[in-house]
Amino acid sequence: MKSNIKKFFFTKMLVGIAAIAMLSSCVNDQSSKKYKDAVDIPVNQEMIAELTSPPFVPTPVGKRMAKKLIVDLEIQEREGEMTSGVKYIYWTFGGTVPGSFIRTRVGDEIEFHLKNHPDNKLPHNIDLHAVNGPGGGAESSFVAPGHEKVFSFKVLNPGLYVYHCATAPVGMHIANGMYGLILVEPEGGLEPVDKEYYIMQGDFYTEGKYGERGLQAFDMQKAIDENADYVVFNGHVGAMTGDNAITANVGETVRLFVGNGGPNLVSSFHVIGEIFDKVYVEGGDLVNDNVQTTLIPAGGAAIVEFKVEVPGTFILVDHSIFRAFNKGALGMLKVGGEENEKVFAGEIHDGIYLPEGSVIQSMPSLDRNKEKEEVKALSFEEKMKFGKDKYMATCVACHQGNGQGIPNAFPPLANSDYLNADVDRAIDIVLHGLSGEITVNGKKYNSVMTAQALSDQDVANVLTYVYNSWGNNKTDVTPEMVEAVRNK
Amino acid sequence: MKYYSTALFLLLSLFCKLSAQNDKMAMVEGGVYLPLYGAEGKTVKVEPFLMDVHPVTNADYLKFVQENPKWKKSNVKSLFADKSYLSKWTDDTTFTGLKDAPVNNVSWFAAKNYCECQGKRLPTMDEWEYAAMANENVPDARKIKAYNQYILNWYETPKTFNQPVGSTFKNYYGIYDLHGLVWEWTQDFNTVLISGESRKDVDKDANLFCGSAAIGASDLMNYAAFMRYAFRGSMKARYSSQNLGFRCAKDIEN
Repeated sequence: MKSNIKKFFFTKMLVGIAAIAMLSSCVNDQSSKKYKDAVDIPVNQEMIAELTSPPFVPTPVGKRMAKKLIVDLEIQEREGEMTSGVKYIYWTFGGTVPGSFIRTRVGDEIEFHLKNHPDNKLPHNIDLHAVNGPGGGAESSFVAPGHEKVFSFKVLNPGLYVYHCATAPVGMHIANGMYGLILVEPEGGLEPVDKEYYIMQGDFYTEGKYGERGLQAFDMQKAIDENADYVVFNGHVGAMTGDNAITANVGETVRLFVGNGGPNLVSSFHVIGEIFDKVYVEGGDLVNDNVQTTLIPAGGAAIVEFKVEVPGTFILVDHSIFRAFNKGALGMLKVGGEENEKVFAGEIHDGIYLPEGSVIQSMPSLDRNKEKEEVKALSFEEKMKFGKDKYMATCVACHQGNGQGIPNAFPPLANSDYLNADVDRAIDIVLHGLSGEITVNGKKYNSVMTAQALSDQDVANVLTYVYNSWGNNKTDVTPEMVEAVRNK
Repeated sequence: MKYYSTALFLLLSLFCKLSAQNDKMAMVEGGVYLPLYGAEGKTVKVEPFLMDVHPVTNADYLKFVQENPKWKKSNVKSLFADKSYLSKWTDDTTFTGLKDAPVNNVSWFAAKNYCECQGKRLPTMDEWEYAAMANENVPDARKIKAYNQYILNWYETPKTFNQPVGSTFKNYYGIYDLHGLVWEWTQDFNTVLISGESRKDVDKDANLFCGSAAIGASDLMNYAAFMRYAFRGSMKARYSSQNLGFRCAKDIEN
């Protein structure tokens, strides 16, 4: 640890010297005087704030002096996709949920331009938790569609802060995605790291249940009951999985700016397979070391930092775990680079053990009679389409976007000898779950898949999709085949 | 300032060319209702009045600006309309969109004068809210879930302003499109203030909303209505908006 600190100071010195050398010919842009009260920090020059969409963050402020920082943010009400086949009208700051990331430093004077797009139906405003003033700016920023409001404030407290809309009905504006983060860096900036990302959790309430297709309206009653259909990172299911995963390389330090827009649920933020070396608790000055899961209140934030030692896919979850696997609160950090067996040796032994949890887990069964009436014969194309949606909503977290699975954890579905050998067995696994050891393409897997509460048609769709993708044997699974297995 | 503005309105109405258009109006029986805002439990009495069956259309408004050139896009005084006034019109006499779609991007001053030129007036907020409680069958449908869901679904549907008038349902009084196409100006559009800081509005001291109605916006009626009051609260009389039109009303003559 000691040598680490030494090394850190050495690096910092080098960076400092380099920066001074680079800037010596330019305007003196570095502050040297310390101010007791942030209110007294003078600003020099104007600067347009760089705004970024999640999961990206703007360039660190480093040692720049306090400036008049112009933030230009446009409100857009627009349709987006919650998960495959499920549309939702999001209300956004800057076109994304969460809204654009704002990065500033103590002493900056922010001139905030809030623009409400003329096509929008509703007035909006913004409450920034980084503001010391009435309504966090909400009162001064209430803006009709087709108008722009300008207000200004000085940032006094360093930390990571949530911003959100606070127009009546407040909860609904937040529930529709109107939130984001504003980072106020301390004098001299945060310590440099290799990778920085922006992640924000939010809960969503739709008329239909999770995965129900079509344009879904906001459901106020569910919101009041705090009965979320979706709990997601960065606005929708899959915003940070597969091709959208965030990345790093072995040996790098990663800093995550994690916010929670709510409106209702607090987050138990956790990265599977990593320990946070440092957590800036609630986004403030208090630093906690060696943390497994950090609690992020609704309307709160945390900065977490860790070094990635080994390659692999690290899953980001809300460890209120059903949200992760059943409501969407799941992201991925893909780490590339060399294995380091000193840190993680992988599997070294595979023996027999009879676990207490060998009983297959089950979920409440559907009202099958009701479901049966709704079954219509679907064309092969429809089955593939709906099957893919169901796959992306239900199976992708474990079996991955191209059915490749996760080594040593979840077996592949792509080109799978186990799958292709027995369709009834596959149906049975989807219906009733599976636990214990199986061998797929010569590799052993020992994990648990829970029974899925899907209708016969859904099972037929998803399996038809799987069998007709990724080099499998093109079986067309029908609801009748599913029913036969169910009734066995 | 107030007197000055009042004088201006009078001036405007004096110079308006009266041309009663053949707009159908429907009678709204008066009554007593409990609005969302105001002192707790205090009902408001609405006298019987006439209301346009449809919102004012683009074609209606074109006729109006031709007869009253001071309201043409190029002539309008910035005191009475901001830059977005008729912003989708390509020139003084050419509008985009359907001729029977509701006119939008019109300021309150313009809407008010339009109605005056028809020998009418803008509905008061209470009149508008009272008429808009009705669904197809009953005068007060505010407790009916499907009715509220209809309104909310509209709020969440973009670009409804370019549908023809009459394309939504005919309500109990025979009036169309109170929900479903555009927001509508009312005479006293922001007498009920939702201030910029909406959470302060629930403060009883502020006396803008009754605390319980605002804080317990738990039922559908409240949250649909809230969005209307919030919208009105964000407007000023010279503003105009893509999703905002109007219709006229009239007293019943004895």
